[in-house]
Amino acid sequence: MYQYVLKRLLLMIPTLIGAALLVFFLLRMLPGDVCEVRLAGTGLYVSQEEIDLCRADLGLDDSLHEQFVDFVGGYFTGDLGRSMWTGQPVVHEIQVRFKLSMQLAIMATLVAVIIALPLGILSAVKQDTWIDYGVRAFSIAGIAMPSFWLGIMIILGLLIVTQAWFGSGWMPPINYVSPFEDPIGNLAQLIWPAVATGYRYSAVATRMTRSAMLEVLREDYVRTARAKGLIERVVINRHALKNAMLPVVTIIAIEFAFLMGGLVVTEQVFNLNGIGKLFVDSVGNQDFALTQHLVMLVVVIFLLTNLVVDVLYAWLDPRIRYS
Amino acid sequence: MKNYVSGFRARARAGTVASLLLGGAMGLGLSAQIVIAEEAQNGGTLNFVVAGEAPSKDGHREQTYALIHPYAPFYSLLIRVNPEDPQSSDFVCDLCVGGIPEPTNGGKTYTFKVKEGVTFHDGQPMTAQDVKASYDKIIFPPEGVPSSRKTFFNMVESVEAPDDTTIVFNLKFASGAFMPALATPFNWIYSKKDLEEHGYDWHKDNVNGTGPFKFVEHQPGAFVDGAKNENYHHEGQPHLDGFRAIIARDMAVRIQAIRGDRAAIEFRGFPPQARDDLVKALGDKIMVQESDWNCVLLYTPNHERKPFDDPRVRRALSLAVDRWGGSEYLSRIAIVKTVGGVVFPGHPLAATDAELEQLAGYGRDIEASRAQARALLEEAGVTDLTIDYNNRGVDQPYKVVGTWLIDQWAQIGLKTEQQVRPSPQFYAVLRNSGEFDVSVDFNCQSVVNPIADVTKFLGSAGNNYANYEDQALEDLYTELARAPTFDEQRTIMRKYERIALDEQAHLGVTLWWYKINPHRSYVKGWKIAPSHYLNQQLDNVWLDKSLM
Amino acid sequence: MATPQALIDTTDLDEFRKPLGRRLWDLARKQPLGTAGAFVVVLMAVAAATAGIITPFDPERASLQHMLTPPGGQFLMGTDEFGRDILTRVLYGARTALFIGLVSAFVGATAGLVIGVASAYFGGLFDLIVQRIVDIFLAFPLIIMALAVVATLGPGVENVIIAIIVPFIPQCARVVRSSALSIREIPYVDAARALGYSHTRIILRHMAPNVMAPFLIMLTYFVGQAILLEAVLSYLGMGVQDPTPAWGLMLKGAAVEFIESAPWLSIFPGLAITLAVFGFNLFGDALRDLLDPKLRSR
Repeated sequence: MYQYVLKRLLLMIPTLIGAALLVFFLLRMLPGDVCEVRLAGTGLYVSQEEIDLCRADLGLDDSLHEQFVDFVGGYFTGDLGRSMWTGQPVVHEIQVRFKLSMQLAIMATLVAVIIALPLGILSAVKQDTWIDYGVRAFSIAGIAMPSFWLGIMIILGLLIVTQAWFGSGWMPPINYVSPFEDPIGNLAQLIWPAVATGYRYSAVATRMTRSAMLEVLREDYVRTARAKGLIERVVINRHALKNAMLPVVTIIAIEFAFLMGGLVVTEQVFNLNGIGKLFVDSVGNQDFALTQHLVMLVVVIFLLTNLVVDVLYAWLDPRIRYS
Repeated sequence: MKNYVSGFRARARAGTVASLLLGGAMGLGLSAQIVIAEEAQNGGTLNFVVAGEAPSKDGHREQTYALIHPYAPFYSLLIRVNPEDPQSSDFVCDLCVGGIPEPTNGGKTYTFKVKEGVTFHDGQPMTAQDVKASYDKIIFPPEGVPSSRKTFFNMVESVEAPDDTTIVFNLKFASGAFMPALATPFNWIYSKKDLEEHGYDWHKDNVNGTGPFKFVEHQPGAFVDGAKNENYHHEGQPHLDGFRAIIARDMAVRIQAIRGDRAAIEFRGFPPQARDDLVKALGDKIMVQESDWNCVLLYTPNHERKPFDDPRVRRALSLAVDRWGGSEYLSRIAIVKTVGGVVFPGHPLAATDAELEQLAGYGRDIEASRAQARALLEEAGVTDLTIDYNNRGVDQPYKVVGTWLIDQWAQIGLKTEQQVRPSPQFYAVLRNSGEFDVSVDFNCQSVVNPIADVTKFLGSAGNNYANYEDQALEDLYTELARAPTFDEQRTIMRKYERIALDEQAHLGVTLWWYKINPHRSYVKGWKIAPSHYLNQQLDNVWLDKSLM
Repeated sequence: MATPQALIDTTDLDEFRKPLGRRLWDLARKQPLGTAGAFVVVLMAVAAATAGIITPFDPERASLQHMLTPPGGQFLMGTDEFGRDILTRVLYGARTALFIGLVSAFVGATAGLVIGVASAYFGGLFDLIVQRIVDIFLAFPLIIMALAVVATLGPGVENVIIAIIVPFIPQCARVVRSSALSIREIPYVDAARALGYSHTRIILRHMAPNVMAPFLIMLTYFVGQAILLEAVLSYLGMGVQDPTPAWGLMLKGAAVEFIESAPWLSIFPGLAITLAVFGFNLFGDALRDLLDPKLRSR
């Protein structure tokens, strides 16, 4: 087991190096630089001298290998440098946003589970009936809908409904408050994007729940339980569901790894100050320093989540451990 | 030289007058007077939205309103645009006393008295030495220290502070551009002690000013908080207990924020349709202020590319554009509106409508203009031309106007291939690679100062990307800058305009921007300026609790 | 496991004696969702092909006197801020969407197929290296990749397609590889190797056809995904650019800024995207049920 984990960890190293090289060179291939956006982007007069000063200040005139050493070296010295836009330490920039994105990802996953489990079970139990078709159509619609569009429609809906019922339009707060300080304000802000994202992610989980349930329902011990005359609800809850959970949990965890990237658009629509919005902003500002560390963060989260899932899976299901 | 630069007022032209409109009863002139007569109430926190995050906290080096809106309230200027009448370019004292001085020594010496008893937020007293240190940093920065507006002060010989209450600016030559440069809203007064003890980079991350509000917190990407400065040097101000500048990059989010009362105001400007939506949804809970805007959207033909080296082709491009019609339609959906030439339309140096109509592309008969354009193209031997049009990936107003321009050019048989690029790539093409036939461009200045602003049209200007040399225009500009009287300046300006926009058609003016600020009616005291950089200290802003 | 036999549909011979209409009806009864999906796909193809005939309007020409007209009358879905008919732009948008969807799905899935099968066939170090590269691309945020492609190559439909293909290749390669791994051990591949056939021939002629089931399924999903990705990229300002009629692009700018007074600007293109992706996904699901014997019985 330890060997397996160790091997997987070692395999992550080339992936990380590759990703670092890829992001580094992709960014340097882009025409334009942060100083031009910063000083010329507002239509005010700017002299070339000022732009040159700014470039020198940010180290953009350094040779490529110096810049690469600065970037990767940061992981060994612990100094990740500063954002080229705000001049704030990269760690600080990411830290303040990470909480929000993490909370949103967890909430979205909860929403996905709350939607997926009952619908998946219902769909399996009522296989090939109109209920089954309805559930499947509902969940596929979730994948089909662009989540930013769903977000926009939710905001529009809230405005219209509150205007009609209470006489004044209400929209979610646009400032993040910690759930420990103001749980209601926190929820009022995050529940909508969580629904918009969660609905989308429920689709895959619903399908997995359905097929896992179908498989389990055909197993001997379920037939036995039924034969014993147990009522259907008990059979499903106590016997079938428990055994169908493994693949469902797996798929939810894998989806979670994708969520960090998936929040980009949702955060944009709801003006949430999270990692995804930071990403779009830093790319838009050509802020290399921040962008490359953000990419690495997303890659690491992805790889680690996958690793945890695989290890858990191997631990729970000994058959695949040595393959 | 008490000149026209201080002292003009917005021309009373239908639609361009800065106006206070009450949502429920649009256009009641009375409402403006009622507002002024009201007594300011103290207290409350103003939430406003701002479209971006400031690159640093140092006004002397940055260029963006994303810095001005959240941070200007922490600082004072030596002189400023009158916050009670920002439409005029009458400057008034902020940290100086006894009014704006007349220059002596043939217009070459300006002596200001500095207010006594003013303290920085950290408790140090503010003196003329601090003013000198700040302007020295702006005008004569040490090697390697950035100062974005250094070139504005090329007429300044030295800055002196003979005692703690006197500051003297000695000029190399008399210049009408000096006072507007001095009043630029980025010229924050820093403490000499801070500069000496902490160095020139300290203000990138730290705030210590004499402004109406004290810096409380900046949460990256989210907001900037300010709290009332109890020791503010303008009696009885500020009225607010504090403010929160909320960062919201998306225009749609900013509009919704005001719709849902998550923010009370946005200081840059909304499209007209958004104003109408807000007024329709919120009635008298919304008040609208509008003004001509000291920003102009241009298109830049690349003179190094054929056939745009041919003035006939450039004139044809301009002739195809129906500015009067565009003004009518685009002003419903975009933040542009006013038809104008090279000078800010609200200024007395600007061409009148009758004068404009003499220029190529400004005629009222668009069909005649377009016929002329087609003839010019034919004469120049241009058939089947596809324009490679470089545009900026920002909706308001670049992409909206871009889509309109493409349609205008299509009407004289020109095809346009639009390349919309994110800002960094857009500037890389515009400023460096020059790989475009025609590019969108704009000129957007703070204090209205046409003599300085029209340098945009000089081939030699650092912010002109059309790649041309035109000595006639350069000579005319030198003459303009030295012209002693307003009448002479106006005459030269017309010649300058005719060469730049008509005979050579170096650059194309599309429309001037139009600033619309719908805000919650409970926000009182803030008056719209002709620039989103001006009048942002918020010291005279207050909240009417009866309307909240 | 996708064995060769499983690919041959062992439908009763009786089935073939029934008239076509009857057979379609039976299929529709058995696969109502898949049929609905196929219907949407066909509808979209027809809309794309006949857009120029169905509508009298030009999708790109501004008509400023009609700006922001609500739905009704001559403009069934209303007009946008330039007075362009929304229905017309939705119809022409189907063309853009289908083009982007089909090209990027086909190229992405095919490249993934080749890489996946080759990786499984050669195994060893080659497999290890390819899989690490696949890892990098799977973990790499799409938006950065897309931005880099669009920014370096310039905006435009072709470059958006490239940006979308890039993440498809590793996804398909991973899935195909796992199917191909099982085939690799099947005797006839060994036999082909023993006969001295070239690697290329074995990969393309003997192994690739046997992973057609996952390939086709991925392909169908990719079309839907590509349409969705194009919308997201356009929304972030990195996709197709005006004045090209594209659904994602129609959801930007005025569509969200004026959402309360002109909701038709955002509702119709959003529905078009949803319906199209919905169709391709249902179709893909049905295809999976038909092709994947392991799931067929369910």
